[in-house]
Amino acid sequence: MNDNNTMLEVKNLQKFFPIKSGFFGRVVGQVKAVDGVSFSIERGKTMGLVGESGCGKTTVGKTILRLNSKTGGEVYFNGKEIFGLGNAEMLKMRPHMQIIFQDPYSSLSPRLPVGEIIGEAVREHQIVPPNEFDDYVTRIMQACGLQEYHKDRYPHEFSGGQRQRICIARALALNPDFVVCDEPVSALDVSIQAQIINLLEDLQKEFNLAYLFISHDLSVVQHISDTVGVMYLGNLVEFANKDEIFSNPLHPYTKALFSAIPIPDPTVRRNRIILEGSIPSPANPPSGCKFHTRCTYAMERCKVEVPVQLDKGNGHMVACHLYDDNSGSEKQPETDEASFRAIGEQYDKANENKTESNPA
Amino acid sequence: MTDSIKTSSTKKNPNYISASESRKISSENRRITDALEKKYNRKHVPESEYLTTMKDPNNTVEFDDLHTYFFTDIGTVRAVDGVSFAVPQGKTVGIVGESGCGKSVTSLSLMQLVQRPQGQIVRGQIRFNLGDKAYDIAKMPGNMMEKIRGNEVSMIFQEPMTSLNPVFRIGDQINEVIMLHYPEKSEAEVRDHSLHMLDLVGIANPEGIYMRYPHELSGGMRQRVMIAMAIACDPKLVIADEPTTALDVTIQAQILDLFRNLKEKINSSIMLITHDLGVIAEMADFVVVMYAGRIVEKGTANEIFLHPAHPYTVGLMASKPVVNRKVDRLYSIPGSVPSPIHMPDYCYFRDRCDRRFDMCNGPYPAEFQLSDTHKVSCYHYRDGAASNRALHNNGFEILN
Ligand SMILES: Nc1ncnc2c1ncn2[C@@H]1O[C@H](COP(=O)(O)OP(=O)(O)O)[C@@H](O)[C@H]1O
Ligand SMILES: Nc1ncnc2c1ncn2[C@@H]1O[C@H](COP(=O)(O)OP(=O)(O)O)[C@@H](O)[C@H]1O
Ligand code: SF4
Ligand code: SF4
Ligand SMILES: [Mg+2]
Ligand SMILES: [Mg+2]
Repeated sequence: MNDNNTMLEVKNLQKFFPIKSGFFGRVVGQVKAVDGVSFSIERGKTMGLVGESGCGKTTVGKTILRLNSKTGGEVYFNGKEIFGLGNAEMLKMRPHMQIIFQDPYSSLSPRLPVGEIIGEAVREHQIVPPNEFDDYVTRIMQACGLQEYHKDRYPHEFSGGQRQRICIARALALNPDFVVCDEPVSALDVSIQAQIINLLEDLQKEFNLAYLFISHDLSVVQHISDTVGVMYLGNLVEFANKDEIFSNPLHPYTKALFSAIPIPDPTVRRNRIILEGSIPSPANPPSGCKFHTRCTYAMERCKVEVPVQLDKGNGHMVACHLYDDNSGSEKQPETDEASFRAIGEQYDKANENKTESNPA
Repeated sequence: MTDSIKTSSTKKNPNYISASESRKISSENRRITDALEKKYNRKHVPESEYLTTMKDPNNTVEFDDLHTYFFTDIGTVRAVDGVSFAVPQGKTVGIVGESGCGKSVTSLSLMQLVQRPQGQIVRGQIRFNLGDKAYDIAKMPGNMMEKIRGNEVSMIFQEPMTSLNPVFRIGDQINEVIMLHYPEKSEAEVRDHSLHMLDLVGIANPEGIYMRYPHELSGGMRQRVMIAMAIACDPKLVIADEPTTALDVTIQAQILDLFRNLKEKINSSIMLITHDLGVIAEMADFVVVMYAGRIVEKGTANEIFLHPAHPYTVGLMASKPVVNRKVDRLYSIPGSVPSPIHMPDYCYFRDRCDRRFDMCNGPYPAEFQLSDTHKVSCYHYRDGAASNRALHNNGFEILN
């Protein structure tokens, strides 16, 4: 750990799932759900993690909390490598790192009243002395926009937005430093989404929480994050400060992803980069750069050489051969506005009259 | 932040109903739905009963005061509660609103696919323009509707897997649709037509896909196949209900691009249902905003997005973060939608509205006109006063 402000540091994390087949469950291959991912999060800050379904976002979130085993790499939380901790130490660490999920219903026990759902782990981890317990739970619930009389109600009596408040209260009650938010608003209607996002922001300020905010909704991620990581098929292809990545995306996938967002303004007509084909299976990813099957810039070397993370200054990391100094590419793009626009037009030409060519 | 959850659970649960009340409701329900079902299932109904005339012959569909209710054991769900709008020929009308506001039931009413017998059209007209004549679908018996459904109007759903048959090849399923509509075509002609449709929806390898089964395709490819089937018989209207909601954003971009290209090649009107304002802005010529079973505002896409008038429309737009448009804090509409069984007798949005004033305690506001195309149901516009509009440039400025 080089920096006191760094709360979480992930180094070259890998998580593979075995693919089993047949009656005896013979292992016939591996899904490389997370395949060498590195990033860090500062105390009290939010990192957004974006990418399309199946790219490994949830697996990253679960593995850094040690809810999964890992295949390789290290995860430092407040300076300690969590996979090196013994059971007793890990149990002590647990309250400091929490997670909330997309579907608040399936993660709440239907048989417990809300007060018990929120208070159960508080008692177990002895977060407060027994005589302060009731007041403490009430205070946490109020901070999350719930009322004291909700304690005796059951999850099914609440709407989706309120259930998400219960999940947030349950996580917050353990006084965490860090919360993984895995698509926490994706299942909610827009007006309820805004209520929950505002709540998460308020709580962050009040309790100095750090978030890993996982979402496929780029506008939400831009709103809430300080830094943003973009994943594709188990790799972090780009990572930077929010303002930097949104104004100057470097990786061809990031550019395509950003340009695909529909903008609620009918007068805006953008040069959209339409990616061809579908996302390949993570069980059988393309060789070299995993994006080469859909990338308009793909060069010969992209099919064989795996690109490494390059630092393009100010911590803007990108994994793409275009930015490799000895890429041997004529097309090495510059990163100013004008050439970014030129790239967009180029894509437009390349995509004229073409749509999906890669079936299935 | 506490203001946002004051509703439902602070009161006694309004959905609570005793067993005897429930029995009374169900026998009453059965009386109502039995009568409607009998009418619907009649065999030889004279055309004159459902023949009608379009208000404007340039419209493909005119919804006129449509009411579609569900008669359930806990009460009557007013899913669609007086909806009127038109889909002009060759245009795309976007219907937007949060979940449960009645978007799907509106379109299912047009297809006569509302879940029977509890779901019934109880009032209003759905005038459908067949070119030489017009039918009122709300009065049409089931056996007549079968000739219209799939031929003159077709539907694309959010999850294509639910409407594709898993055990038949893609080609056979498209063939079937085409054979029904064009019985005169030979087997070879039908096959050619199918392959042409697959090509039209941007499938690069139509012959290959023709032989595949649905589960062998990705989500994006399945949605292309659904679109191919939906437009195969050159329908007058295509309904797309959340067609890209289940897809990843780069695949969504492909499908929206396809819709835009198709719009120039086919002359169908499109009814596009989605909760995503961005998708609506990109695709729609006209926009209908629904709230709790009613239309609160409608207009051209420019009117709705550049000059939103109804406090709900304005709030919805301010709630959604937009890429590269910075706000410190999102606007959030407090509270949640009222129960569709216990609708108030005043403006349905009043309890969440930050612009309510004394008039709002009166009956549900009528539709006021801001332009030929722009209409809004809110007392602030009772004089059509466009100057009375709430602006939301950055933050929330209210002129009153
Ligand atoms: N428990 C598991 N067993 C086997 N494969 C898994 C498991 N969890 C996730 N995967 C696979 O790992 C990949 C990444 O999944 P996930 O992390 O859930 O992606 P995301 O959250 O980005 O949608 C997917 O291909 C998924 O099928
Ligand atoms: N089969 C049904 N039985 C009872 N109520 C229904 C049924 N289908 C829909 N509803 C109710 O009708 C209302 C409108 O639903 P819907 O049109 O599906 O909303 P959306 O705008 O999300 O498409 C909702 O309150 C819903 O609960
Ligand atoms: S490494 Fe090659 S294939 Fe991969 S994103 Fe860069 S240019 Fe495209
Ligand atoms: S009529 Fe009144 S309560 Fe209803 S939307 Fe308009 S201002 Fe708000
Ligand atoms: Mg996930
Ligand atoms: Mg729906």
